[in-house]
Amino acid sequence: MTLQAIFFYLFGGITVAAAVMVIAARNPVHSVLFLILAFVNAAGLFVLMGAEFLAMILIVVYVGAVAVLFLFVVMMLDVDFAELRRGVLSYLPIGGLIGAVLLVELLTIVGVWAIGPDVAKAITAPIPPANEVPNTHALGLVLYTQYIYFFQAAGVILLVAMIGAIVLTLHHKPNVRRQMIAEQVARRKSSAIEIVKVKSGQGLQ
Amino acid sequence: MIIGLGHYLSVAAIVFTLGVLGIFLNRKNVIIILMSIELILLSVNINLVAFSTFLGDIVGQVYALIVLTVAAAEAAIGLAILVAYFRNRGSIAVEDVDLLKG
Repeated sequence: MTLQAIFFYLFGGITVAAAVMVIAARNPVHSVLFLILAFVNAAGLFVLMGAEFLAMILIVVYVGAVAVLFLFVVMMLDVDFAELRRGVLSYLPIGGLIGAVLLVELLTIVGVWAIGPDVAKAITAPIPPANEVPNTHALGLVLYTQYIYFFQAAGVILLVAMIGAIVLTLHHKPNVRRQMIAEQVARRKSSAIEIVKVKSGQGLQ
Repeated sequence: MIIGLGHYLSVAAIVFTLGVLGIFLNRKNVIIILMSIELILLSVNINLVAFSTFLGDIVGQVYALIVLTVAAAEAAIGLAILVAYFRNRGSIAVEDVDLLKG
């Protein structure tokens, strides 16, 4: 139990500190790196809670894909980030006020809230004991049976996102010549060559 | 010392607030705004997994998986729009986006 508390405060503390640095860092590259740190520590929190599969997915999807995508874009765009950071402090009073109100509200709810008596009856798919069925297995048993349509919908969302991203960023330069295979294949002898009778000593007119 | 549901919810609440604060502070920089949205979605996922674990219902983790998918799709589309916008305008300042406004 003490070990669990130590690791909770370690992971939770680093997650919060990294989240602070994400919004406070001057250099967006540092922001992305702190975002990665926050996600890794949130994955640690997930492991503490017993959701190992989601923890690994978080590392694979976020650290492996999304954060690298951010890093790509940040490094690819030639933007004066110092210029973009001007005026940050002028938004601090209103932003800090709203953030403080939001945090106080959320923590108040966390403090006074209690689980209703009927909740235990409403559970649809109870988590089996972890020493009998591993988390990944248990998740798969539910995801591929009861929630198969949600799973398919998630796939469609990813497909739409992929097509959308390609359509948005694919960029044909107008002055670049490309191979047109259909035209090449459709070429016939009649359209490609011409036979001209040349009289002796006159040359081609 | 027992780490209960409230602890995880507190961490999620703090991360959520930081995400909202990030949107307010970095109003000019779209990349930081996108990262703040990712933080907000991360806190939502922490909430979902915490409730799933402490109530003993695995459906919360299924839902967290869907949220993860949507977050990844949103990041990809957002960055694609950003790149397309940068190609057209040569800047990513959010204030310039209201170009059509009279």
